[in-house]
Amino acid sequence: MTTYPGGEAAPQHIGEVIVAARGIEKYFGDNHVLRGVNLDVHQREAVMVIGRSGSGKTTLLRCLNFLEEPTVGSVEIDGVRVDADPLRRRSRAHQEQIRQIRLRASMLFQEFALFPHMTVLGNCIEAPTRVRGLSREKAVALAENYLEQVGLRDKRDEYPARLSGGQKQRVAIARALCMEPKVLLFDEPTSALDPELIGEVLKVMEELAHEGTTMIVVTHEMHFAREAADRVIFMDGGQIAEQGPPESILDTPQEEATKRFLRRFLQA
Amino acid sequence: MTAAAESMPPRAQVLDDIIAAQRRRRRWFRGQFILVWVVLVGIIGAFLWSAGHVSWDFIVKTGPYILQGAGITILVSLVAIVLAIGLALLGALGRLSTNAIFNSLASLYVSLVRGTPLLVQIYFIFFALPFAGIIIDSIPAGIIALGFNYGAYMTEIFRAGIQAVPRSQHEAAQSLGMPERLAFRRIVLPQAVRIVIPAIGNDFVAMIKDSALISTIAVQELLWRAQRIGRSEHQVLASIGIAALVYWVLTIIFSFFQEKLEKRMARGDR
Repeated sequence: MTTYPGGEAAPQHIGEVIVAARGIEKYFGDNHVLRGVNLDVHQREAVMVIGRSGSGKTTLLRCLNFLEEPTVGSVEIDGVRVDADPLRRRSRAHQEQIRQIRLRASMLFQEFALFPHMTVLGNCIEAPTRVRGLSREKAVALAENYLEQVGLRDKRDEYPARLSGGQKQRVAIARALCMEPKVLLFDEPTSALDPELIGEVLKVMEELAHEGTTMIVVTHEMHFAREAADRVIFMDGGQIAEQGPPESILDTPQEEATKRFLRRFLQA
Repeated sequence: MTAAAESMPPRAQVLDDIIAAQRRRRRWFRGQFILVWVVLVGIIGAFLWSAGHVSWDFIVKTGPYILQGAGITILVSLVAIVLAIGLALLGALGRLSTNAIFNSLASLYVSLVRGTPLLVQIYFIFFALPFAGIIIDSIPAGIIALGFNYGAYMTEIFRAGIQAVPRSQHEAAQSLGMPERLAFRRIVLPQAVRIVIPAIGNDFVAMIKDSALISTIAVQELLWRAQRIGRSEHQVLASIGIAALVYWVLTIIFSFFQEKLEKRMARGDR
């Protein structure tokens, strides 16, 4: 039986540790953004990261994917461990290690980042054919399967410019799933959306969570966190201030910072 | 229903009238615009024609010879712009590179070429290099000079184009496990090319005009032919006038295509 830091029992369905971040420190110049973050995420676990803007939650997520190189620390995902090494950032061996991490954990962005010069299908099969080496037929079948899952199979020949924001983010999710990563990393996936489009994206994410997709989500959607999270992490000042099951963090927080954040958030 | 309301023309009629009036106004504007051009060009042309003793005979006799020079002008410009595009891409990659040697080489190229006059570069390649034992024919020398010169200016355009592709595009490609080169070739470069294509068209039009400078190294292009025939026949006004007119027409034609291209690019991502 797995236990969370703090001793609480983790939900039954979750498995072994698949993401292990150790001692992550990140400086932007003199700005100390992450101050020694340790994070374990288990198979089939949905972890939601909340906190004020500037608390380091997005930076932490980007460090897990090495879109930001941590100044110090290590990240291990599904057996591949990379020690942060900012000075060797450009070395080929280090880049290849980072690529192996990214093949196991795919990132979704606030601004979707679909490739505008490719169709929806083109977006979905680009990396599977050129990186995973799948045949075109296999990649197309895979893409259609995942596009079906996000409800956009009929849009496969459209260009991204013709899609709504919600549809773009759902395509981005399908594109990430086509690489069949072990973990999905969501960086405020609904923050750039019009309010009426948020629901369709959250619904897809909730289904993924219920199917047992391992995911780490930086979000401001408290209702969604409550519904879909196995664990909620509250970050403050570049550290994990408090974490636990959604009910205990959102309803009965222990830390003063968490209480203050939630109070202000619920007022707004 | 009141009498006033009854006497009002139907709504569609009002709209049609407004649209028709707007169209008349636009046509009137265009008519005046073209009239001014025709009248001014006509007056200047007629004055020069009579004051310079231009004869039809001369134009009919030498026109084809001068016009053939336009073919060489276009040919040289086309080859030079291709050379410039290749150099600009390399230059832009160098300027954005974290490799100190590659980066400094690209910067040196841009600084040196932009810091010296094109005419000096043309002289250097054609008249000066032979003293170092490097002898290049006039047409290749002209192409090299134009290509290197424009390549340096276009380096900055390409660099800006690459930097104008949102960072998240690169990050998304990386996050999908694409290696650096693949991400650049498949994701960043195609978007950068779209951004810089209008600027390339612009530079091509400018190059057609700058290519007149290589008449100084005896490339038998438009201006060279006009000068030669004008001097020998004592019809310099007519021959240089023809050359100017041909450059003008060429730039109008290519600007037209360039604007069309630009509009198509601006329409966005289909």
